[in-house]
Amino acid sequence: MIKADHISKSFEGRTVLDDISVEFETGKTNLIIGRSGSGKTVLLKSLVGLHEVDSGAVYYDDVCYTHLTFKQRKAIRKDIGMIFQGGALLDSSTVVENVKLPLDLFTDQSEAEKIERVAFCLERVRLQGADRLYPSELSGGMIKRVAIARAIVMNPRYLFCDEPNSGLDPQTSVVIDNLIHDITREYNITTIINTHDMNSVMEIGEKIVYIHEGRKWWEGTKDDILDADNAELNDFVFASAMAKRARRATR
Amino acid sequence: MIKILELTGRYFMLLGKVFSRPEKMRIYRERIIFEMEALGLGSIPLTAIISVFIGAVVTLQMSISLESPFIPQYLIGYATRETMVLEFSSTVVALILAGKVGSNIASEIGTMRITEQIDALEIMGVNSASYLILPKIVATVLFFPLLTLLSIFIGCVGGYAIAYLTGIMIPGDYIEGMHYAFLPYSITYSLIKSAVFAFIITSISAFCGYYANGNSLEVGRASTRAVVASSIVIMIFNLILTQILLV
Ligand SMILES: Nc1ncnc2c1ncn2[C@@H]1O[C@H](COP(=O)(O)OP(=O)(O)O)[C@@H](O)[C@H]1O
Ligand SMILES: [Mg+2]
Repeated sequence: MIKADHISKSFEGRTVLDDISVEFETGKTNLIIGRSGSGKTVLLKSLVGLHEVDSGAVYYDDVCYTHLTFKQRKAIRKDIGMIFQGGALLDSSTVVENVKLPLDLFTDQSEAEKIERVAFCLERVRLQGADRLYPSELSGGMIKRVAIARAIVMNPRYLFCDEPNSGLDPQTSVVIDNLIHDITREYNITTIINTHDMNSVMEIGEKIVYIHEGRKWWEGTKDDILDADNAELNDFVFASAMAKRARRATR
Repeated sequence: MIKILELTGRYFMLLGKVFSRPEKMRIYRERIIFEMEALGLGSIPLTAIISVFIGAVVTLQMSISLESPFIPQYLIGYATRETMVLEFSSTVVALILAGKVGSNIASEIGTMRITEQIDALEIMGVNSASYLILPKIVATVLFFPLLTLLSIFIGCVGGYAIAYLTGIMIPGDYIEGMHYAFLPYSITYSLIKSAVFAFIITSISAFCGYYANGNSLEVGRASTRAVVASSIVIMIFNLILTQILLV
């Protein structure tokens, strides 16, 4: 369980997150949705401590993460996996080296054990034959798979994903979404995904939080979202022509 | 002025982070060797080309300026050597490397910042400043003095070659000048300077890249800032070190 308790964040006087309180449940795929620029990435980075919040606190299973020292946080960070919007793979390392890095740095496993674990994770994300390639030689979908493999290599208890299917074609998006969803189930991870893709919402969203201009506007499940009584949210949900037509058809 | 103080403060805070708690020694060793190849070996050709030409030009200029029956010819060789040892091979080479290595470091680290690679390291629990910057500092501080030695040697060879090829002076006199009034301490002085300059270039450029934010334009600006700032600081420290070490 991850909890944000009245967190706010501003940059140079401009408020980006405004008093957000929300709870994300263990073993579920939690979604943060909202337009670009609404503050999703800042919220995600505030939860993991890449941004320090100005006020409020973040809790990981009842441990107040915000007030821990750098050293104490390190223990929790080992349990965090994160997938960044662009993948954020190290450009100067191959696929295998990228996935293996956390093992190199934080475990005392033998080379053979590490290679085996890396192979397992790459197999889990269905990426074969790319071991020796560099990030610049991979397609967008492959980069996302490597990023997922790297995020799960240390067996995280919390998984954060910033727009995991941005820049992917619809089919690959669905594959990546389902991959994250399955991994969440399989290992009982607390997963939080940022997205502006309604398709993901309907496909894998178990708990959904709608952020608008830095404020929490709505939260609920995907079953509630279609009949939510919230003009802002409806605009967002039915933004695409397809969704509008579908709604007209069902009414 | 307040801006400069604030930047200096942030710079020293970053250095504090760089020199705290290295992760695993073995990984650092590998990265230091990698950086020596990238930043050090990679700078040999440029250093060599510039040095050979400067050695030749200094010898030519000296032979024109010192053209007098009362001045012994070997002083031309002496002057070339002193120019290379005292100033060119440490300071000028450092300025040129500030352009090459400094902009390279700032744009590499700046790109890692804006593509969230630094965030990715941090989230793993890695001290990203130390992991990325320390190996570069160690590698350049160890390697730049070697480049300085190389530059001195190649510069003197350049002077000899021009003397030999154009016949403006007797090569034998040039060699004699090379040995004339040689103080080993001036080599030490030169090497100390180049190690300090290496630290300045690498740490300032890394600083500029590490705090880049925004888009690729910002990375370009960071690397320009890196070259300008490290060149200025090099000139200031050239003065300070000369005052301390030579006077
Ligand atoms: N490091 C930063 N410094 C200043 N402003 C920022 C920073 N990061 C994000 N912002 C601002 O915060 C707002 C929300 O950004 P973000 O969270 O990235 O939106 P998104 O919902 O698209 O992920 C934007 O207006 C952006 O300009
Ligand atoms: Mg975003």
